[in-house]
Amino acid sequence: MVIGGGPAGLSAAIEAATSGCEVTLVDSDLALGGQLIKQTHKFFGSKDERAGTRGFKIAETLMEELEANKDRVTIHSNCTATGFYAEDGVVSCVHGEDDYFRIKPTRIIMATGAQERLLPFPNNHLPGVYGAGAVQTLMNVYGVVPGKKVLMVGAGNIGLIVSYQLMQAGVQVVGIVEAMDKIGGYWVHAAKVRRMGVPIYLRHTVKEALGDKIVTGAVIQEIDDKFQPTGAEVNIDVDVICMAVGLTPTCELLWQAGCQMAFVPQLCGYVAQRDKHMRTSNDDIWVAGDAAGIEEASSAMVEGRIAGLGVAKSLGKIDSGEYSKRLAEFARRLADLRGGEVGAKICQGIACCTVNEWGV
Amino acid sequence: MLTESRKGAIEPPRDLWETKKNGLVIIECPQRIPCNPCHTSCPTGAVKPFSDINDQPSIDYEKCTGCARCVAVCPGLACVVVDLTWGGDKDALMKLPYEMLPMPEEGATVDCLNRVGEPVSKGKVIKVTEPMHDKTHVVHVEVPKDKVMDIRAIRVVK
Repeated sequence: MVIGGGPAGLSAAIEAATSGCEVTLVDSDLALGGQLIKQTHKFFGSKDERAGTRGFKIAETLMEELEANKDRVTIHSNCTATGFYAEDGVVSCVHGEDDYFRIKPTRIIMATGAQERLLPFPNNHLPGVYGAGAVQTLMNVYGVVPGKKVLMVGAGNIGLIVSYQLMQAGVQVVGIVEAMDKIGGYWVHAAKVRRMGVPIYLRHTVKEALGDKIVTGAVIQEIDDKFQPTGAEVNIDVDVICMAVGLTPTCELLWQAGCQMAFVPQLCGYVAQRDKHMRTSNDDIWVAGDAAGIEEASSAMVEGRIAGLGVAKSLGKIDSGEYSKRLAEFARRLADLRGGEVGAKICQGIACCTVNEWGV
Repeated sequence: MLTESRKGAIEPPRDLWETKKNGLVIIECPQRIPCNPCHTSCPTGAVKPFSDINDQPSIDYEKCTGCARCVAVCPGLACVVVDLTWGGDKDALMKLPYEMLPMPEEGATVDCLNRVGEPVSKGKVIKVTEPMHDKTHVVHVEVPKDKVMDIRAIRVVK
Protein backbone atom coordinates (compact mmCIF):
# COMPACT_ATOMS: atom_id res chain seq x y z
CA MET A 1 0.00 0.00 0.00
CA VAL A 2 1.26 3.45 -0.90
CA ILE A 3 -0.26 6.34 1.04
CA GLY A 4 0.01 9.56 -0.92
CA GLY A 5 0.05 10.04 -4.69
CA GLY A 6 2.50 12.92 -5.02
CA PRO A 7 5.94 12.67 -6.62
CA ALA A 8 7.26 10.28 -3.95
CA GLY A 9 4.16 8.07 -3.77
CA LEU A 10 3.77 7.81 -7.55
CA SER A 11 7.43 6.92 -7.95
CA ALA A 12 7.20 4.34 -5.16
CA ALA A 13 4.07 2.80 -6.69
CA ILE A 14 5.68 2.63 -10.13
CA GLU A 15 8.86 1.05 -8.79
CA ALA A 16 7.01 -1.53 -6.70
CA ALA A 17 4.51 -2.39 -9.43
CA THR A 18 7.21 -2.63 -12.11
CA SER A 19 9.00 -5.14 -9.90
CA GLY A 20 5.84 -7.24 -9.70
CA CYS A 21 4.20 -6.11 -6.44
CA GLU A 22 0.44 -5.65 -6.16
CA VAL A 23 -0.01 -1.99 -5.25
CA THR A 24 -2.89 -0.08 -3.69
CA LEU A 25 -2.38 3.67 -3.92
CA VAL A 26 -4.56 6.04 -1.90
CA ASP A 27 -4.52 9.80 -2.27
CA SER A 28 -6.68 12.38 -0.55
CA ASP A 29 -6.90 14.68 -3.56
CA LEU A 30 -9.28 14.45 -6.49
CA ALA A 31 -6.41 13.93 -8.92
CA LEU A 32 -3.08 12.19 -8.39
CA GLY A 33 0.18 14.08 -8.68
CA GLY A 34 0.34 15.95 -5.38
CA GLN A 35 1.98 19.34 -5.66
CA LEU A 36 3.35 18.52 -9.11
CA ILE A 37 0.07 19.28 -10.85
CA LYS A 38 0.26 22.92 -9.77
CA GLN A 39 3.90 23.42 -10.56
CA THR A 40 4.09 25.34 -13.80
CA HIS A 41 7.79 26.12 -13.48
CA LYS A 42 10.60 24.06 -14.92
CA PHE A 43 12.44 21.69 -12.62
CA PHE A 44 16.11 21.67 -11.80
CA GLY A 45 18.17 18.51 -11.59
CA SER A 46 19.50 16.33 -14.35
CA LYS A 47 17.86 14.46 -17.20
CA ASP A 48 17.12 11.59 -14.78
CA GLU A 49 14.85 13.91 -12.82
CA ARG A 50 13.50 15.46 -16.01
CA ALA A 51 15.26 18.78 -15.53
CA GLY A 52 13.91 21.58 -17.66
CA THR A 53 10.44 20.02 -17.63
CA ARG A 54 7.53 21.72 -15.93
CA GLY A 55 6.17 20.01 -12.82
CA PHE A 56 2.71 19.24 -14.18
CA LYS A 57 4.29 17.59 -17.22
CA ILE A 58 6.34 15.39 -14.90
CA ALA A 59 3.10 14.35 -13.18
CA GLU A 60 1.70 13.36 -16.58
CA THR A 61 4.77 11.23 -17.32
CA LEU A 62 4.54 9.50 -13.94
CA MET A 63 0.84 8.82 -14.51
CA GLU A 64 1.68 7.18 -17.83
CA GLU A 65 4.29 4.99 -16.16
CA LEU A 66 1.75 3.98 -13.55
CA GLU A 67 -0.84 3.32 -16.24
CA ALA A 68 1.59 0.92 -17.91
CA ASN A 69 1.38 -1.21 -14.74
CA LYS A 70 -2.36 -0.89 -14.26
CA ASP A 71 -2.90 -4.65 -13.94
CA ARG A 72 -1.09 -4.56 -10.62
CA VAL A 73 -2.20 -1.15 -9.36
CA THR A 74 -5.44 -0.14 -7.65
CA ILE A 75 -5.91 3.60 -7.27
CA HIS A 76 -8.19 5.29 -4.76
CA SER A 77 -8.34 9.05 -5.31
CA ASN A 78 -10.34 11.39 -3.07
CA CYS A 79 -9.47 8.88 -0.39
CA THR A 80 -7.81 9.72 2.92
CA ALA A 81 -5.92 7.21 5.05
CA THR A 82 -7.35 8.21 8.41
CA GLY A 83 -5.56 5.90 10.79
CA PHE A 84 -3.10 3.09 11.30
CA TYR A 85 -3.83 0.46 13.92
CA ALA A 86 -0.54 -0.94 15.13
CA GLU A 87 -2.12 -3.89 16.94
CA ASP A 88 -3.30 -5.57 13.72
CA GLY A 89 -1.68 -3.50 10.96
CA VAL A 90 -4.97 -2.22 9.57
CA VAL A 91 -5.19 1.09 7.74
CA SER A 92 -8.57 2.82 7.85
CA CYS A 93 -9.52 4.93 4.84
CA VAL A 94 -12.41 7.13 3.84
CA HIS A 95 -13.51 7.67 0.27
CA GLY A 96 -15.10 11.09 -0.16
CA GLU A 97 -17.09 12.12 2.89
CA ASP A 98 -18.40 8.94 4.49
CA ASP A 99 -17.43 5.79 2.63
CA TYR A 100 -15.16 4.10 5.16
CA PHE A 101 -13.17 0.95 4.48
CA ARG A 102 -10.20 -0.93 5.89
CA ILE A 103 -7.09 -2.33 4.27
CA LYS A 104 -4.54 -4.69 5.75
CA PRO A 105 -1.48 -4.34 3.56
CA THR A 106 1.62 -6.47 3.98
CA ARG A 107 3.86 -3.46 3.43
CA ILE A 108 3.22 0.28 3.58
CA ILE A 109 5.02 3.19 1.97
CA MET A 110 4.16 6.45 3.71
CA ALA A 111 4.44 9.24 1.17
CA THR A 112 2.07 11.60 2.91
CA GLY A 113 3.89 14.79 1.98
CA ALA A 114 3.82 17.98 3.99
CA GLN A 115 1.63 20.59 5.55
CA GLU A 116 2.07 24.31 5.23
CA ARG A 117 3.06 26.40 8.17
CA LEU A 118 1.15 29.58 8.75
CA LEU A 119 1.93 32.70 10.76
CA PRO A 120 -0.23 34.02 13.56
CA PHE A 121 -1.03 37.73 13.26
CA PRO A 122 -4.11 39.87 13.88
CA ASN A 123 -6.82 39.42 11.24
CA ASN A 124 -5.15 36.43 9.60
CA HIS A 125 -8.62 34.86 9.45
CA LEU A 126 -9.78 37.36 6.83
CA PRO A 127 -10.56 36.17 3.32
CA GLY A 128 -7.54 37.15 1.25
CA VAL A 129 -5.01 35.55 3.60
CA TYR A 130 -3.79 32.42 1.84
CA GLY A 131 -1.17 29.73 2.08
CA ALA A 132 1.01 29.50 -1.02
CA GLY A 133 -0.37 26.03 -1.73
CA ALA A 134 -3.91 27.39 -1.94
CA VAL A 135 -2.83 30.18 -4.26
CA GLN A 136 -1.14 27.66 -6.55
CA THR A 137 -4.19 25.40 -6.51
CA LEU A 138 -6.54 28.26 -7.34
CA MET A 139 -4.39 29.65 -10.12
CA ASN A 140 -2.73 26.66 -11.66
CA VAL A 141 -5.32 23.92 -11.18
CA TYR A 142 -8.56 25.90 -11.41
CA GLY A 143 -7.48 28.98 -13.35
CA VAL A 144 -8.72 31.46 -10.75
CA VAL A 145 -6.59 34.42 -9.67
CA PRO A 146 -6.62 34.99 -5.90
CA GLY A 147 -6.76 38.79 -6.12
CA LYS A 148 -5.14 41.82 -7.72
CA LYS A 149 -2.28 42.88 -5.46
CA VAL A 150 -0.31 40.43 -3.38
CA LEU A 151 2.09 40.64 -0.47
CA MET A 152 4.20 37.47 -0.38
CA VAL A 153 5.49 36.38 3.00
CA GLY A 154 8.65 34.28 2.69
CA ALA A 155 11.52 34.32 0.18
CA GLY A 156 12.20 30.61 0.07
CA ASN A 157 11.78 28.79 -3.22
CA ILE A 158 8.02 28.48 -2.80
CA GLY A 159 7.54 32.18 -2.08
CA LEU A 160 9.75 33.15 -5.02
CA ILE A 161 8.19 30.69 -7.46
CA VAL A 162 4.61 31.50 -6.51
CA SER A 163 5.41 35.22 -6.83
CA TYR A 164 6.63 34.55 -10.35
CA GLN A 165 3.55 32.48 -11.16
CA LEU A 166 1.28 35.25 -9.84
CA MET A 167 2.96 37.70 -12.22
CA GLN A 168 2.50 35.22 -15.06
CA ALA A 169 -1.20 35.22 -14.22
CA GLY A 170 -1.25 39.01 -14.44
CA VAL A 171 -1.40 39.60 -10.68
CA GLN A 172 0.76 42.35 -9.20
CA VAL A 173 3.19 41.25 -6.51
CA VAL A 174 3.76 44.36 -4.40
CA GLY A 175 6.64 42.88 -2.45
CA ILE A 176 8.11 39.89 -0.69
CA VAL A 177 8.91 40.07 3.03
CA GLU A 178 11.42 37.68 4.53
CA ALA A 179 12.20 37.43 8.25
CA MET A 180 15.73 36.12 7.72
CA ASP A 181 18.62 38.31 6.63
CA LYS A 182 19.05 36.43 3.38
CA ILE A 183 16.98 34.93 0.61
CA GLY A 184 16.31 31.27 1.38
CA GLY A 185 15.44 30.19 -2.15
CA TYR A 186 17.68 29.75 -5.16
CA TRP A 187 19.45 32.86 -6.42
CA VAL A 188 18.10 32.33 -9.93
CA HIS A 189 14.49 32.23 -8.68
CA ALA A 190 15.04 35.47 -6.77
CA ALA A 191 16.66 37.05 -9.83
CA LYS A 192 13.57 36.22 -11.92
CA VAL A 193 11.24 38.21 -9.67
CA ARG A 194 13.73 41.00 -8.95
CA ARG A 195 14.21 41.74 -12.64
CA MET A 196 10.44 42.14 -12.92
CA GLY A 197 10.74 44.88 -10.31
CA VAL A 198 9.44 43.06 -7.23
CA PRO A 199 11.18 44.28 -4.04
CA ILE A 200 12.37 41.72 -1.50
CA TYR A 201 12.38 43.13 2.04
CA LEU A 202 14.77 41.12 4.17
CA ARG A 203 14.35 41.16 7.97
CA HIS A 204 10.74 42.18 7.56
CA THR A 205 7.57 40.49 8.64
CA VAL A 206 3.85 40.96 8.28
CA LYS A 207 2.48 42.45 11.49
CA GLU A 208 -1.22 42.42 10.75
CA ALA A 209 -3.79 42.21 8.02
CA LEU A 210 -6.01 45.26 7.54
CA GLY A 211 -9.65 45.08 6.63
CA ASP A 212 -13.10 44.47 7.97
CA LYS A 213 -14.67 41.69 5.92
CA ILE A 214 -11.81 41.08 3.49
CA VAL A 215 -8.12 41.99 3.31
CA THR A 216 -7.65 45.59 2.21
CA GLY A 217 -4.02 45.98 3.24
CA ALA A 218 -1.13 44.71 5.28
CA VAL A 219 1.17 46.19 7.87
CA ILE A 220 4.80 45.23 7.48
CA GLN A 221 7.66 46.01 9.81
CA GLU A 222 11.39 45.57 10.02
CA ILE A 223 12.65 43.14 12.66
CA ASP A 224 15.99 42.63 14.34
CA ASP A 225 18.10 39.49 14.52
CA LYS A 226 15.99 38.26 17.45
CA PHE A 227 12.87 38.73 15.31
CA GLN A 228 11.73 41.66 17.47
CA PRO A 229 10.10 44.62 15.69
CA THR A 230 12.43 47.59 15.30
CA GLY A 231 11.41 49.71 12.35
CA ALA A 232 8.37 51.83 11.61
CA GLU A 233 5.13 50.12 10.69
CA VAL A 234 4.39 50.50 7.00
CA ASN A 235 0.92 50.07 5.54
CA ILE A 236 0.75 48.59 2.09
CA ASP A 237 -2.20 48.37 -0.20
CA VAL A 238 -2.93 44.71 -1.04
CA ASP A 239 -5.94 42.43 -1.24
CA VAL A 240 -3.99 39.19 -0.83
CA ILE A 241 -1.45 38.14 1.80
CA CYS A 242 0.17 34.90 0.71
CA MET A 243 2.17 32.91 3.25
CA ALA A 244 5.07 30.81 2.07
CA VAL A 245 6.79 30.37 5.40
CA GLY A 246 7.71 26.75 5.16
CA LEU A 247 6.37 23.24 5.32
CA THR A 248 6.44 20.53 7.92
CA PRO A 249 6.33 16.76 7.28
CA THR A 250 2.96 15.05 7.57
CA CYS A 251 3.73 12.19 9.91
CA GLU A 252 0.63 11.34 12.01
CA LEU A 253 0.36 7.83 10.57
CA LEU A 254 4.03 7.19 11.33
CA TRP A 255 3.45 8.21 14.95
CA GLN A 256 0.42 5.93 15.11
CA ALA A 257 2.51 3.08 13.76
CA GLY A 258 4.95 3.59 16.60
CA CYS A 259 7.86 4.31 14.28
CA GLN A 260 10.89 5.80 15.99
CA MET A 261 10.71 9.52 15.31
CA ALA A 262 13.24 12.32 15.55
CA PHE A 263 12.88 16.09 15.55
CA VAL A 264 15.21 17.35 12.85
CA PRO A 265 15.17 21.12 12.26
CA GLN A 266 16.98 20.79 8.91
CA LEU A 267 14.15 18.56 7.68
CA CYS A 268 11.55 20.96 9.14
CA GLY A 269 9.94 18.85 11.86
CA TYR A 270 9.44 15.35 13.18
CA VAL A 271 10.48 12.61 10.79
CA ALA A 272 10.73 8.84 11.01
CA GLN A 273 14.15 7.35 11.63
CA ARG A 274 15.05 5.34 8.57
CA ASP A 275 17.83 3.23 7.13
CA LYS A 276 19.37 3.87 3.71
CA HIS A 277 16.58 1.79 2.16
CA MET A 278 14.02 4.30 3.54
CA ARG A 279 12.71 1.61 5.88
CA THR A 280 11.46 2.80 9.28
CA SER A 281 11.84 1.09 12.65
CA ASN A 282 8.62 -0.77 11.81
CA ASP A 283 9.75 -3.61 9.50
CA ASP A 284 6.71 -3.25 7.28
CA ILE A 285 6.76 0.51 6.82
CA TRP A 286 8.85 2.64 4.49
CA VAL A 287 8.82 6.43 4.14
CA ALA A 288 9.56 8.72 1.20
CA GLY A 289 9.34 12.32 0.04
CA ASP A 290 8.44 15.33 2.15
CA ALA A 291 7.04 13.02 4.85
CA ALA A 292 10.64 11.94 5.37
CA GLY A 293 11.91 15.54 5.45
CA ILE A 294 11.12 18.69 3.49
CA GLU A 295 13.05 18.78 0.24
CA GLU A 296 12.64 19.27 -3.49
CA ALA A 297 10.27 17.10 -5.53
CA SER A 298 13.25 15.81 -7.54
CA SER A 299 14.65 14.14 -4.41
CA ALA A 300 11.18 12.96 -3.38
CA MET A 301 10.89 11.06 -6.65
CA VAL A 302 14.19 9.29 -6.08
CA GLU A 303 13.32 8.47 -2.47
CA GLY A 304 10.03 7.04 -3.70
CA ARG A 305 11.93 4.81 -6.10
CA ILE A 306 14.16 3.61 -3.27
CA ALA A 307 11.19 2.82 -1.01
CA GLY A 308 9.30 1.03 -3.80
CA LEU A 309 12.38 -0.97 -4.63
CA GLY A 310 12.93 -1.83 -0.96
CA VAL A 311 9.40 -3.14 -0.62
CA ALA A 312 9.83 -5.25 -3.76
CA LYS A 313 13.03 -6.70 -2.34
CA SER A 314 11.41 -7.49 1.01
CA LEU A 315 8.63 -9.35 -0.81
CA GLY A 316 11.14 -11.38 -2.78
CA LYS A 317 10.21 -9.77 -6.11
CA ILE A 318 13.77 -8.89 -7.04
CA ASP A 319 17.08 -10.51 -6.23
CA SER A 320 19.83 -8.98 -4.12
CA GLY A 321 22.17 -8.30 -7.03
CA GLU A 322 19.59 -6.34 -9.00
CA TYR A 323 18.51 -4.56 -5.83
CA SER A 324 22.00 -3.44 -4.89
CA LYS A 325 22.68 -2.22 -8.40
CA ARG A 326 19.53 -0.12 -8.59
CA LEU A 327 19.87 1.16 -5.03
CA ALA A 328 23.41 2.33 -5.75
CA GLU A 329 22.17 4.21 -8.82
CA PHE A 330 19.37 5.92 -6.86
CA ALA A 331 21.76 6.73 -4.01
CA ARG A 332 24.14 8.35 -6.48
CA ARG A 333 21.33 10.49 -7.92
CA LEU A 334 20.27 11.60 -4.44
CA ALA A 335 23.84 12.49 -3.54
CA ASP A 336 24.07 14.57 -6.72
CA LEU A 337 20.83 16.40 -5.98
CA ARG A 338 22.00 17.13 -2.45
CA GLY A 339 25.48 18.28 -3.40
CA GLY A 340 24.70 22.02 -3.58
CA GLU A 341 24.42 24.80 -1.01
CA VAL A 342 20.90 23.90 0.04
CA GLY A 343 21.62 20.19 -0.09
CA ALA A 344 24.34 20.48 2.55
CA LYS A 345 21.72 21.35 5.17
CA ILE A 346 19.51 18.47 4.03
CA CYS A 347 22.44 16.05 4.35
CA GLN A 348 23.10 17.21 7.92
CA GLY A 349 19.46 16.58 8.74
CA ILE A 350 19.39 13.16 7.14
CA ALA A 351 22.50 12.16 9.07
CA CYS A 352 20.55 12.91 12.28
CA CYS A 353 17.77 10.43 11.51
CA THR A 354 19.46 7.67 9.52
CA VAL A 355 20.48 4.41 11.18
CA ASN A 356 23.01 2.03 9.67
CA GLU A 357 20.89 -1.10 9.84
CA TRP A 358 17.80 -1.93 11.83
CA GLY A 359 18.43 -4.94 14.08
CA VAL A 360 16.86 -7.52 11.82
CA MET B 1 19.70 42.52 0.37
CA LEU B 2 19.08 42.39 -3.34
CA THR B 3 19.94 39.76 -5.84
CA GLU B 4 22.14 42.09 -7.85
CA SER B 5 24.69 42.22 -5.06
CA ARG B 6 26.00 38.71 -5.77
CA LYS B 7 28.64 38.36 -8.39
CA GLY B 8 28.26 35.93 -11.21
CA ALA B 9 28.08 37.96 -14.37
CA ILE B 10 31.04 36.85 -16.39
CA GLU B 11 31.58 38.71 -19.63
CA PRO B 12 32.80 36.79 -22.65
CA PRO B 13 36.31 37.67 -23.87
CA ARG B 14 35.95 41.06 -25.55
CA ASP B 15 37.83 40.40 -28.79
CA LEU B 16 35.91 37.28 -29.66
CA TRP B 17 32.64 38.78 -28.50
CA GLU B 18 32.89 41.79 -30.78
CA THR B 19 33.44 39.68 -33.86
CA LYS B 20 31.30 36.61 -33.20
CA LYS B 21 28.26 36.75 -35.41
CA ASN B 22 25.06 35.56 -33.75
CA GLY B 23 26.49 36.37 -30.32
CA LEU B 24 27.78 34.62 -27.22
CA VAL B 25 26.04 33.39 -24.13
CA ILE B 26 26.21 34.95 -20.67
CA ILE B 27 25.06 32.71 -17.81
CA GLU B 28 24.33 34.32 -14.44
CA CYS B 29 24.18 31.32 -12.16
CA PRO B 30 26.30 32.17 -9.11
CA GLN B 31 25.11 29.49 -6.68
CA ARG B 32 25.79 25.78 -6.44
CA ILE B 33 22.46 24.14 -7.23
CA PRO B 34 21.78 20.68 -8.67
CA CYS B 35 21.01 21.57 -12.27
CA ASN B 36 22.68 20.93 -15.62
CA PRO B 37 20.31 21.39 -18.60
CA CYS B 38 22.47 24.22 -20.01
CA HIS B 39 25.21 21.65 -20.54
CA THR B 40 23.05 18.71 -21.63
CA SER B 41 21.08 20.80 -24.12
CA CYS B 42 24.05 22.60 -25.67
CA PRO B 43 24.40 21.33 -29.25
CA THR B 44 28.05 22.37 -29.63
CA GLY B 45 29.51 21.51 -26.23
CA ALA B 46 30.12 25.18 -25.45
CA VAL B 47 28.74 24.73 -21.94
CA LYS B 48 31.46 22.43 -20.65
CA PRO B 49 30.68 19.08 -19.00
CA PHE B 50 29.93 19.21 -15.27
CA SER B 51 32.04 17.02 -13.00
CA ASP B 52 29.33 17.50 -10.34
CA ILE B 53 25.76 18.44 -11.21
CA ASN B 54 26.04 21.26 -8.68
CA ASP B 55 28.88 22.92 -10.55
CA GLN B 56 28.34 26.36 -11.97
CA PRO B 57 28.40 26.42 -15.76
CA SER B 58 31.65 27.17 -17.46
CA ILE B 59 31.76 28.18 -21.10
CA ASP B 60 34.04 27.51 -24.03
CA TYR B 61 33.28 30.69 -25.96
CA GLU B 62 35.03 29.43 -29.09
CA LYS B 63 32.33 26.79 -29.41
CA CYS B 64 29.32 28.99 -28.57
CA THR B 65 27.26 29.81 -31.66
CA GLY B 66 24.72 32.02 -29.88
CA CYS B 67 21.94 29.59 -30.79
CA ALA B 68 20.08 30.43 -27.57
CA ARG B 69 18.94 26.88 -26.91
CA CYS B 70 20.16 27.23 -23.30
CA VAL B 71 18.21 30.48 -23.03
CA ALA B 72 15.05 28.50 -23.72
CA VAL B 73 15.97 25.49 -21.60
CA CYS B 74 17.41 26.94 -18.38
CA PRO B 75 14.87 26.47 -15.55
CA GLY B 76 16.39 29.47 -13.78
CA LEU B 77 16.11 31.78 -16.81
CA ALA B 78 19.75 32.55 -16.16
CA CYS B 79 21.07 32.52 -19.76
CA VAL B 80 21.08 35.39 -22.25
CA VAL B 81 22.80 35.70 -25.59
CA VAL B 82 24.36 39.01 -26.60
CA ASP B 83 25.27 39.65 -30.23
CA LEU B 84 27.57 42.67 -30.50
CA THR B 85 27.91 42.32 -34.29
CA TRP B 86 24.26 43.08 -34.86
CA GLY B 87 24.01 46.80 -35.45
CA GLY B 88 27.29 48.63 -35.88
CA ASP B 89 28.61 50.85 -33.11
CA LYS B 90 25.28 51.67 -31.55
CA ASP B 91 23.12 48.57 -31.23
CA ALA B 92 23.40 45.01 -30.06
CA LEU B 93 20.94 42.12 -30.25
CA MET B 94 19.94 40.37 -27.04
CA LYS B 95 18.13 37.03 -26.90
CA LEU B 96 16.21 36.95 -23.62
CA PRO B 97 13.94 34.31 -22.10
CA TYR B 98 10.30 35.36 -21.71
CA GLU B 99 7.46 33.57 -19.92
CA MET B 100 5.00 36.40 -19.32
CA LEU B 101 1.94 37.78 -21.05
CA PRO B 102 1.24 39.63 -23.23
CA MET B 103 3.58 38.31 -25.92
CA PRO B 104 5.71 41.03 -27.47
CA GLU B 105 5.02 41.67 -31.13
CA GLU B 106 7.75 41.80 -33.72
CA GLY B 107 8.68 45.37 -34.49
CA ALA B 108 7.22 46.68 -31.23
CA THR B 109 9.11 48.90 -28.81
CA VAL B 110 9.49 47.43 -25.33
CA ASP B 111 10.97 48.57 -22.03
CA CYS B 112 14.30 46.95 -21.26
CA LEU B 113 14.72 46.27 -17.55
CA ASN B 114 17.83 45.81 -15.45
CA ARG B 115 18.34 43.17 -12.75
CA VAL B 116 16.04 45.02 -10.34
CA GLY B 117 13.31 45.81 -12.82
CA GLU B 118 14.20 49.44 -13.58
CA PRO B 119 13.75 50.50 -17.20
CA VAL B 120 17.19 51.39 -18.57
CA SER B 121 16.36 51.78 -22.25
CA LYS B 122 13.86 51.06 -24.97
CA GLY B 123 14.35 48.08 -27.23
CA LYS B 124 12.94 46.95 -30.56
CA VAL B 125 11.58 43.42 -30.84
CA ILE B 126 13.17 41.73 -33.84
CA LYS B 127 11.87 38.21 -33.46
CA VAL B 128 10.09 35.94 -30.97
CA THR B 129 10.79 32.20 -31.02
CA GLU B 130 9.78 29.19 -28.95
CA PRO B 131 12.73 26.83 -29.46
CA MET B 132 11.57 23.96 -27.25
CA HIS B 133 7.83 24.42 -27.89
CA ASP B 134 7.30 24.51 -24.15
CA LYS B 135 5.98 28.05 -23.62
CA THR B 136 9.36 29.55 -22.79
CA HIS B 137 9.88 32.09 -25.53
CA VAL B 138 13.11 33.70 -26.62
CA VAL B 139 12.71 37.34 -27.51
CA HIS B 140 15.31 38.88 -29.82
CA VAL B 141 15.57 42.57 -28.96
CA GLU B 142 17.68 45.31 -30.43
CA VAL B 143 19.15 47.33 -27.56
CA PRO B 144 21.80 50.03 -27.05
CA LYS B 145 25.20 48.34 -27.06
CA ASP B 146 26.38 50.01 -23.86
CA LYS B 147 23.45 48.55 -21.90
CA VAL B 148 23.96 44.85 -22.60
CA MET B 149 25.41 44.14 -19.15
CA ASP B 150 22.49 45.91 -17.49
CA ILE B 151 19.48 44.66 -19.43
CA ARG B 152 18.13 41.31 -18.22
CA ALA B 153 14.42 41.43 -19.05
CA ILE B 154 11.83 43.19 -21.18
CA ARG B 155 8.40 44.51 -20.44
CA VAL B 156 5.73 44.92 -23.09
CA VAL B 157 4.54 48.52 -23.25
CA LYS B 158 0.78 48.74 -23.50
